[in-house]
Amino acid sequence: MSSTSSPINLADHEDSSAIELALGGLLVDAPAGLADRTLVAVGLADAYAPIETVIGRIWVAFNGLGVDALESANSPEAFEERIRAIRGRPAHRLGQLPPRLSAAIQRRLHGDRRVAIPLDLRGHSSFEQDVWMKALEIPRGEVRPYGWIAAEIGRPKAVRAVGTALGHNPVPLIVPCHRVVRTDGTIGQYSLGGPANKRTLLASEGLDPEAMEALARAGIRYIGSDTTRIYCLPTCHNAKRISQAHRVWFRSAEDGARAGYRACLSCRPAIAA
Amino acid sequence: MDEDELPRRLAADLEAAFPGFLELEQGRVYSIALRLTGQPAEAEDLAQDTFIRAYRALSGWEPARIRELAVRPWLASIVVNLVRNRARARAARPATVSLVDELAHPRIAPAETPHGRLERRASTEEWAARLLALPERYRGPVVLRHVDGLSYDEIGLALDRPAGTVKAQVHRGIGILRTMLDAEQSGLLTQAPGQPFRTAARPLEVAR
Repeated sequence: MSSTSSPINLADHEDSSAIELALGGLLVDAPAGLADRTLVAVGLADAYAPIETVIGRIWVAFNGLGVDALESANSPEAFEERIRAIRGRPAHRLGQLPPRLSAAIQRRLHGDRRVAIPLDLRGHSSFEQDVWMKALEIPRGEVRPYGWIAAEIGRPKAVRAVGTALGHNPVPLIVPCHRVVRTDGTIGQYSLGGPANKRTLLASEGLDPEAMEALARAGIRYIGSDTTRIYCLPTCHNAKRISQAHRVWFRSAEDGARAGYRACLSCRPAIAA
Repeated sequence: MDEDELPRRLAADLEAAFPGFLELEQGRVYSIALRLTGQPAEAEDLAQDTFIRAYRALSGWEPARIRELAVRPWLASIVVNLVRNRARARAARPATVSLVDELAHPRIAPAETPHGRLERRASTEEWAARLLALPERYRGPVVLRHVDGLSYDEIGLALDRPAGTVKAQVHRGIGILRTMLDAEQSGLLTQAPGQPFRTAARPLEVAR
């Protein structure tokens, strides 16, 4: 078993300490990028890549916990700087998003609300998160007023705070804050590059922002059907199905109720005062 | 960052201290995984998993517990367990010959020139292959003692074995390595290191 029992012993000099020394030489440096990838995995750093959308190139930052930022920066450097400023952590650029994440985002942008995209919303208040999760429920091609979100999350008086929370939405497009408009029916502000982008996005979803605003200027808030005697928000998919001949218009929920109409169960218009 | 200060810093502000901790410890964790598995890509995954588990554990601990932490044995225990779990998961699947592994990590054949056995130098690859030929119960202690440089007490903590047992296993492992070396140099062992290997004294387990 020991070296002395070998018939031809050429290894006398290879004593235990030499072996131990050789084994010590097997300590190596970690591969480049291991630390960065690990920090991204635990959420102490972000990775990011661009996606192309109808409003141009958007930068997406994410980590092991989820997507945490979408922004329209002028350059990757500007985006990294912004992530460091608002999140206090580094962002590492990737050539492209991981295929599954990229596919999930594209499906969401095309209106598929069933696809789950994990979001990293650490550091944001529960009120903000309530607002954003409610906005996630608005279908593609429809809009809701700020007051609708306020009422739906049980804070009917917090309309202004809802507007502020939507303005701080860190993941626009994924959380479709472009589908939330002012209670008076005008388009309102948009954090991702301004109101023009909001119009472009709504138009890309099949809406006519000018027609929506014209309706609002005329004081019309709801559309009903004289056959079902149900009233909806104007962009509700149920409202779109009412033929021109059977459409009735209301200025308020009270008008609808007085006329003997009930609120649509899908868009729940009554609470959007 | 000084290694002695790690627990205190991690306890004080985990998010701020973790990147420095990772920077300091990643080489040894990766080295342990690499020398236990012999697969660079797998070792990288294992090292990443080790630090993810470490971070999640530390996130849930009270600062007092983190301050008491023996960092190096603790990390070693995580990586050793991950290696063991992965090996078990693999053993549970039907055995397949991994051509990909073979292509990516060809085994080292000794250069048997007429003077090769005299001149052969103990290259890193050969030592790595010999380690992989060690039975698992010796390989872990030998890697932790001589690649990573942990003390017998620390290895005992990491492997949850008495320090005396660890010491005996390290010595036994070194003895087997010496036997392998003798056999290679005397021409008795013609297989490349890392291949199934037997001595007259006792059959050895194959690495995989």
